[in-house]
Amino acid sequence: MSSIADIQQDIIDEFELISEDREATIFYIMELGQKLPEMSEDLKTEDNIIKGCQSKVWLTAGYEDGKVVFQADSNTDITKGLISLLIRVLSEQTPDDILNAELNFVEAIGMNQVIGSQRTNGFNSMIKQMKMYALGFKTKEQVNQ
Amino acid sequence: METATKQSFDVAAIREQFPVLKQEVNGYPLTYIDNAATSQKPLRVIEAVNHYYTFYNSNIHRGVHTLAEKATNAFEATRKSIQQFINARESEEVIFTKGTSESINLVAATYGRQNLSAGDEVIITGLEHHSNIVPWQMVCEEKGANLKVIPVSDKGEISIDDFKNLLSDKTRIVSVAYASNALGTVNPVKEIIKLAHQAEAVVLLDAAQAVPHLEVDVQALDCDFMAGSFHKMYGPTGVGFLYGKRHILEEMPPYQGGGEMIKEVTFEKTTYNDIPFKFEAGTPNIADIVATKEAIGFINELGRAAIGNYENDLLAYGTQKLQEVDKLRLIGTADHKVGVLSFVLEGMHPFDVGMMLDARGIAVRTGHHCTMPLMERFGLEGTVRASLAVYNTKEELDVLIEALKKIAGRIK
Repeated sequence: MSSIADIQQDIIDEFELISEDREATIFYIMELGQKLPEMSEDLKTEDNIIKGCQSKVWLTAGYEDGKVVFQADSNTDITKGLISLLIRVLSEQTPDDILNAELNFVEAIGMNQVIGSQRTNGFNSMIKQMKMYALGFKTKEQVNQ
Repeated sequence: METATKQSFDVAAIREQFPVLKQEVNGYPLTYIDNAATSQKPLRVIEAVNHYYTFYNSNIHRGVHTLAEKATNAFEATRKSIQQFINARESEEVIFTKGTSESINLVAATYGRQNLSAGDEVIITGLEHHSNIVPWQMVCEEKGANLKVIPVSDKGEISIDDFKNLLSDKTRIVSVAYASNALGTVNPVKEIIKLAHQAEAVVLLDAAQAVPHLEVDVQALDCDFMAGSFHKMYGPTGVGFLYGKRHILEEMPPYQGGGEMIKEVTFEKTTYNDIPFKFEAGTPNIADIVATKEAIGFINELGRAAIGNYENDLLAYGTQKLQEVDKLRLIGTADHKVGVLSFVLEGMHPFDVGMMLDARGIAVRTGHHCTMPLMERFGLEGTVRASLAVYNTKEELDVLIEALKKIAGRIK
C-alpha cells in the first residue's frame, strides 16, 4: 500500500490535467463516484449518516490487521466521487497515519472552488468522522494491550 | 411566425437594463434561470438605492427637517404605488414587511391568535412553501386548532371538490399559494375565496410567485390578505408587503412593539397607532422600500399582460423542448402555470445536475424548494427547477436543454 502522501500526489497529478476545465473536473469526480462500490443497504443506517452534509452520506469502518478499512456511500454521484477520493487516501492505513494525515490534496486540486462552501463543509465533516474512527480503533487497541 | 406584439417586446433592450446578466460564469455567458428564488435587479432599482443614500438618507415620519420629509415622501410613494399595483382600495391597507414569510407570520401571530380556538381549522394546500405551513402549525398548536391540507394531484393541481370537502363551519382561515414556487401551478384562488367566504372564513393568498407574473387585483379577487416579496419581482431584497382589508387590519392586535407603531406611551398603558403604522414597529428598510417603486415602475412600463404573454411563450417552448432530453421527467404539469420548469433526471441526484449546469454558467435551483411535504407527495428528495423572468430568452432555454442532454448522457 502506498503512503498517504504518495496517494495524494497521484490525485494531484491526475487533477492537474483537467484543472482548467470546471466541467471536466466535475464529470471526472462524478465518474469516480459511479465507480465506487455500493454499500450494502443494511449499513445505510441512521447511525452511519454523516451530519453536516447537504446530501446523504453514510460512512462505516472496520479494522483489519492494524489498518482501518472504510466503506462509504451517498445518494449523489458527485458526493460519491468526493468520498471515493477520501477512501483512496485514507482507507487501509494505520490509525496513526490517518490521525497524522494532512490532506493537502483537497486544496491542491482546488476542491473548494469546484464544490462550493456547503459541500466543503460536508467534506470536512467526512474527514473528521474518518479520523474519529481511526482514534476509536487506536484507543480500543491500547485498552486491549 | 412571431406576432406583432411579441416583436414589439424587445428582450435585448430589457436585458440591457440588468448589469448582472452581462457576465461570464465559469467561462460561459451567465444563464440566470433561478428567478423564483430571486430575480435580478434593473439598473434603475440599483441606482435608486444609491441615490437615496447619496442624497436624502434620513429616518422617516417624525423628522421635521428637509431630508426626513423627502425620505418620508419617497417611502410613502412606494406604498401608494403598491396599492395601485395590487389595486387595493387605499394605501393604508398596505403594510411593509421583510418579505412574504414575515407577512404570513404577522397574520398568523395576530389574526390567527386572536381568532382561532380549540377545534377550529385552518386550511392550506399540499403545494405550500414552508413559509405558509410552519406559521399555521405554530398558531394551531398554541390554540389547539387543526391544520387541514388540500391534496395535490399527479399533475400538481388541487381540486375545488377536495377543498369543499375540507371546508366546514370549523374553518376560520384558508391560506393558499396563488402560484406554487416548486411547480408553478396557479391555483383556482378566486373560487377558493368565494367558497371560503360562504363558510365565513378569511383567505390569505401567498402571492410571492404570482405578483411577478400575473395581473393581481385584490379587490377583484376579494382576498382578505395577500402576501408578497419584491425581490422576486425585480426589486431589492428585504422588502415585502402584506395587504389586508381595512376593517380586518383595524381589529387585529399589533404584531411587534416599538417605535412607529404607537400613538401614546405611558408606563401604565400604550395606545397604538392607526394602520398601517400599527404593524410597522421600528425603523424600516427605507432605502430598499424607496427603490421598490422603481421595480414596480419597471413592471408597469412593460405591462403585466405583455410580461405574462412573453413568459407563457417561453414556458411553452421550454416545456416542449425539455421532452427532447432523455431520462427527464417534468414534475408539475398543471394546465395553468407560471414560468416554472421543475424536473428530475432519472438516475441522477438534482444536486449533481445543478452543479454540472453551473459549470456551464447556468443558474438553477436544486433541492426541495422549501416544500418538503410536496416533494414527499411525489416521492422525491427534490427537483431541478428552472424559473423564468422577463429577461430570459428561448436561446437561454436552448443552452439549458443542450447542457441537460450532455448530462443525461452521463447517467450510468
